Amino acid sequence: MAVLLNRFMAIGDETKEVHMRINRAVAATGLALCVAMSVSGCASDPKDSSGGSSGDSSNVTLTYWASQQGTSIDNDKEVLGPVLEAFTKKAGITVNLEVIGWTDLQTRIQTAVASGQGPDVVNIGNTWGVSLQATGAFLPFGDAEMEAIGGADKFVDAALKVGGAPGTDPGSVPLYGLAYGLYYNKQMFADAGLTPPTTWEDMVADAKALTDTSKGVYGMTIAAGSYRENAHLTFITSQQNGVELFDTASGKPTLAQDGVADGIMRYLDLMQTAKVVNPSDSQLDSASKAMPQFAKGQAAMTIQQSNADATFVANGMAAGSWGVVPLPAPEGAKSDVGSHVAGINLAVFANTKHKDQALQFVNWMTSSDIQAQLDKPFASLPVLVDGEATFTTDKEESATFLDIYRTKAAPLPLVPGEDQFEQAVGKAMNQMFASVATGSTVTKDDVMEALTTAEGTIH
Amino acid sequence: MSAQRITAQRRPRPRGWWVPYVIIAPAAIMELVIHVIPMVTGFVISLLNLTRYHIRDWSSAPFAGLANFITALNISTPIGQGVLHSFGLSLAYTVCVVTLAWTFGMVAATVLQRPFRGRALWRTLFLVPYALPMYAGVITWNFMLQRDSGLVNHVLVDQLGLMGDRPFWLIGDNAFLSLVIVAVWRNWPFAFLMLMAGLQSIPADVYEAAAIDGASSWQQWRRITLPMLAPVNRVLLLVMSLWVFNDFNTPFVLFGDGQPASGDLISFHIYNASFLTWDFGLGSAMSVTLLLVLLAASLIYMRATSPKENRHA
Repeated sequence: MAVLLNRFMAIGDETKEVHMRINRAVAATGLALCVAMSVSGCASDPKDSSGGSSGDSSNVTLTYWASQQGTSIDNDKEVLGPVLEAFTKKAGITVNLEVIGWTDLQTRIQTAVASGQGPDVVNIGNTWGVSLQATGAFLPFGDAEMEAIGGADKFVDAALKVGGAPGTDPGSVPLYGLAYGLYYNKQMFADAGLTPPTTWEDMVADAKALTDTSKGVYGMTIAAGSYRENAHLTFITSQQNGVELFDTASGKPTLAQDGVADGIMRYLDLMQTAKVVNPSDSQLDSASKAMPQFAKGQAAMTIQQSNADATFVANGMAAGSWGVVPLPAPEGAKSDVGSHVAGINLAVFANTKHKDQALQFVNWMTSSDIQAQLDKPFASLPVLVDGEATFTTDKEESATFLDIYRTKAAPLPLVPGEDQFEQAVGKAMNQMFASVATGSTVTKDDVMEALTTAEGTIH
Repeated sequence: MSAQRITAQRRPRPRGWWVPYVIIAPAAIMELVIHVIPMVTGFVISLLNLTRYHIRDWSSAPFAGLANFITALNISTPIGQGVLHSFGLSLAYTVCVVTLAWTFGMVAATVLQRPFRGRALWRTLFLVPYALPMYAGVITWNFMLQRDSGLVNHVLVDQLGLMGDRPFWLIGDNAFLSLVIVAVWRNWPFAFLMLMAGLQSIPADVYEAAAIDGASSWQQWRRITLPMLAPVNRVLLLVMSLWVFNDFNTPFVLFGDGQPASGDLISFHIYNASFLTWDFGLGSAMSVTLLLVLLAASLIYMRATSPKENRHA
């Protein structure tokens, strides 16, 4: 490095101007960094924030990182504000709320875990449950903790199980429930004289019948550029084929097998051979980007989680003009799984100075009244055994999603490497869809090769 | 001799001897905090098996020796192949972007070298991409490059009829081309700025003398401008190459989660290896390797391009 600097110095007077500009830029950056560090002050250290001991709630302030569940961060604050105020009034504990978008949440949590500078309570995607539990950063919900939040038996069992590896105390508990469903446009189906599909083959046939590329209308729209969606659909189709993605005992991936490849091919072929999906869907990198096409009548069906209704309405679709059925399995499938147990969990950081207050807060957020209050604006399914679906007034839709969530949803692999699976396989599928969209053909051999490669990157 | 040494030792320090140290101290401390400590930390992490299981307490992470480096560089495994692919991609990206950005910058700086009406306006206009917030600029390109609703396809396909089918710009092989175009757009104003500053230092009478001797514009540029800009170019090309090779923001904002294989630059790849898979030891090993490669390349470059009289200085 010293030699390199000497070389820089030896270049000559002519470059002084350049050096000066660079030096000024470096100095300005350093200054900005200093200011930013002093302003932010890493102020969310739970060890230092707020007074009061663990058991004394007086003057205690909890820091709560909430994931964005509503239509915007401000919307989330509006929804959660009264809930938190009521908690403060009841328990005397103030809650500092920060709503974080999904694109940032995982990185923020990782930084908090690594630095020890985090909130007291945090929302997490429930599929991260086991992966984050493995870090040891979250407070395990043992018997005492469970009792403090009202008991484990108040939660839907399937939802509670995704909070931790089998045989361990969960590191998080369910807050909001979600499930995949197949949304269809009632009018388009009625006009074509079709009924909602009950098998994968029916779904493809209906989609073909409803595709009219001359009018820019496709039978289906999917977020084919979203690695998360692609990974979820890999899991669902694999479950339908009766195969597991991981060996639960060893935690090792078992991706390179026919059942997984067949499932991926089935999903890919919606675009590749059936041509019922617009190739442009390969650019859709989040599920929400597929929603407007369905809402505007450019697609007759879409695979979405149960919180899609508000976005459909926001894009001009009248409430009640869509129906929902479980994502169908092929005829003779080994399982009728149509979703993973999706949703949001609530976790307490293990290094919180206010464990008792944090547990009181978790108890509050997972109480029947608050759940009923939040389920509607956040369009979530009840995670409590005595909960009722309030996210929609459409009884049929409500019953369908409850049925999917309780009888047709399976947990994603409860192993620490699950997030690596989502990355590796989901992104490989992004490339496969991109290949199909740009005119190439993806064969089962290609899929097997991609799965073998993905397996090699999961460790 | 001994008496002289004693005299020298007893000589009182001049007043204000500490001033240079005080002046240099903030810069030295910042250098230490911003550069040296993170680099040393990164190197230490690269020797650890630092995964999600130990991230809360780095000191508990098992010592891995060179295992992370072996994993990252073993091209017979998917991980090593991924690193190699990203490295090659970043190299091609750097060559394309730096070449094009320098060319545009040089052309613009040369054209604007002599005063004419409206020159200040053009200079300002050319600097707009550099002045724009990075996110705002790149996300605008993302909108423009959309297949169905993007401005680029609207012009190329709908208005000019140059293509039959709407091409994809953000997925598939075209994604690399898009990445290069956006990066050139972002970086060429810097080259323009530096070269313009360099051109200002070339005396006008040199060109006048050359013109009297019958030198054409091309000969003047080739024989006067280029040689006299050599010191500026030497630094400019190095700095731009390092920046572009390590570019993270452009692919991150341009592609988002839908990152194509042809846009998997090495910085992005390391980010994925570290943050998305929680393997910070492996990610650090990749970073350290990259640092060493860039350092070696920089040294070779500086040695190869420095004037002969300075080589043994």
